[in-house]
Amino acid sequence: MTAPSPRALAWRRRGAAFAAGWRQFASQRSGLVGLGLLVVIVLLAILAPVITDQGGLDVTEATGGTMAPPDGEYPLGTDRSGRSVLLLTLWSSRVSLLVGFVATLLSIAIGTVIGILAAHYGRWVSAGLMRVTDFFLVIPSLVLAIALSTVMERGIGTIILAIGLTSWPSAARLVRAQTLTIEARPYIERSKALGGGHLHVITKHVLPAVLPLVFVNTTLAVGSAIVAESTLSFLGLGDPDPMRPSWGTMLRSAWLDSAVLAGAWWYLLPPGIAIAIVVLAFTMCGRALEAVLNPRLREG
Amino acid sequence: MSDIITPTEDALVEVPPPARGGGTLRYVLTKIGGGLVSLALVIVLGFLLFRVLPGDVVQSMFRGRPATPELMAEAEARLGLNKPLYEQFLDYLWRLLHGDLGESYVFNVPVTDKILERLWPTVLLVGVATLIAVGLGLWLGTRSAWRRGSRFDRISTGVALTLWSTPTFWLGMLLLAATSGLFPTAGLVYSDTPPDFLSQALDVAHHMVLPTVTLVAVIYAQYQLVMRSSLLEEMDADYLTTARAKGLRDDQVRRRHAVPNALLPTVTLVFLHLGMVIAGAVTTETVFSWPGLGLLTYDALRVRDLPLLQGTIVVLAGAVIIMNVLADVLYRVLDPRVRAS
Repeated sequence: MTAPSPRALAWRRRGAAFAAGWRQFASQRSGLVGLGLLVVIVLLAILAPVITDQGGLDVTEATGGTMAPPDGEYPLGTDRSGRSVLLLTLWSSRVSLLVGFVATLLSIAIGTVIGILAAHYGRWVSAGLMRVTDFFLVIPSLVLAIALSTVMERGIGTIILAIGLTSWPSAARLVRAQTLTIEARPYIERSKALGGGHLHVITKHVLPAVLPLVFVNTTLAVGSAIVAESTLSFLGLGDPDPMRPSWGTMLRSAWLDSAVLAGAWWYLLPPGIAIAIVVLAFTMCGRALEAVLNPRLREG
Repeated sequence: MSDIITPTEDALVEVPPPARGGGTLRYVLTKIGGGLVSLALVIVLGFLLFRVLPGDVVQSMFRGRPATPELMAEAEARLGLNKPLYEQFLDYLWRLLHGDLGESYVFNVPVTDKILERLWPTVLLVGVATLIAVGLGLWLGTRSAWRRGSRFDRISTGVALTLWSTPTFWLGMLLLAATSGLFPTAGLVYSDTPPDFLSQALDVAHHMVLPTVTLVAVIYAQYQLVMRSSLLEEMDADYLTTARAKGLRDDQVRRRHAVPNALLPTVTLVFLHLGMVIAGAVTTETVFSWPGLGLLTYDALRVRDLPLLQGTIVVLAGAVIIMNVLADVLYRVLDPRVRAS
């Protein structure tokens, strides 16, 4: 029996830390509920083409009545052009979740890179980067996103860019603060003394230590990205293709079709409730993860 | 993973670091300098965003109407788009310094006039909503933290998180649908209201109920959550034990000792999160046709009135930056600990 290699030891340690983290996470009911909801919703979104027919989204082939209340055939009623609201809500989850995830990944990636660079290089690099970060942190990101999506072509890509490019500053500040505490530790000095360059220190030591925090931040940020998507789409900056609805574009149609005045609650409620549930689920997961990382937040 | 020291909700509370050396003056000047840099960035961004695609600007002026190349060239010359970029920029700066933000395509009036006309409804709505939201958030947050883990804490935190997860405009639409007929659905005043001050004020208040409730519902959560967590930080402090030991009643300890110390991060937050409130105002005003800057922004983007959109964006972003500088300065004045160091 030979001694395990350092790499294997490191992995075993990470595995143990992960298991301990999971036990801590699983001990919080709200986090588990959030995770369960997310798994169900993501599965439904992925399986939408399998369990339903996308043809039902085509306005020219819609068979229902105009803004008809729920009945046996259409459990959530129909929209103005006679499409099933249930089908629309299900298919909308695909665009809303996609935009939420990709925009968050973009924003977290930008934030992590800027945060680590600012903390690692310090001095004027830090001063310059944090000046830019403060600027983006302060100005209303929705207003900036509106400007961006007005000058670019309407579509899912534009929305993702608009949200991703305007929502990274809080991640950058968080990562910078964390990197500073990591880099103050002796093992970083040891690594540098042994000849570790910038790239080595950043990728081998700083990044792995920062990642758990980044992960929590991602979980919390997806919710805001989904709300941001719905807001931009509601303002008419979403994807105009009726075959690719999102919860935001649904609510825009409901508003333009005066569903409020018509009292068409079946048209108004589902997309909004869907947004609220998904965002709440991400928030619950994120807060539970936060409590795993920070013992001070644990209840009792 | 357990060796990670996580700055959790501290991330929400951007507490300015205590000044190292230098006096208050130096601190204030640094903050003002930073604010000026941000303002300059907004101005440059406002310029670049709407000029990187000049063909698009001219095309959007014709809005679908057929335009010959000559007409387009003429419009381009009139807007000065055929000049080199730096000349356009100097021109833009010069006019901005004189308060000239160009002319709206759609309203055919100077953008500055339009913005000034729409300014006070937004100030009124955002001001009243922020005051109510801060009051409500502080009160609920204090009660939640003081009775941590109680039923009140769990329910009020849950409600706050749920409302925070809700898109502003959707909440507004629901309120409209739920109260149909009780409150006006659009505008600032009815046209047939008598012109005397009292009737006008009452009518504006009547119109304001739904937009204000919507905005408050979405923004109070952040104040509540931050107040809760910053009071929780103070809960184990020794000075509270001292206060109890000298025989103060529970609510005296809370009111005189714990809350004032926990208040500070929350108060700074009011200004720092103004950008979020502005975002909420854009959609709230859109849903309730409240004639403020938010509705003006929506109208401008709906018809692609680029000078107007550029104007509202520069003004909104500029206002938020100035408020933030004020917040930083105010923080310095309010916190004796920062002042003394």
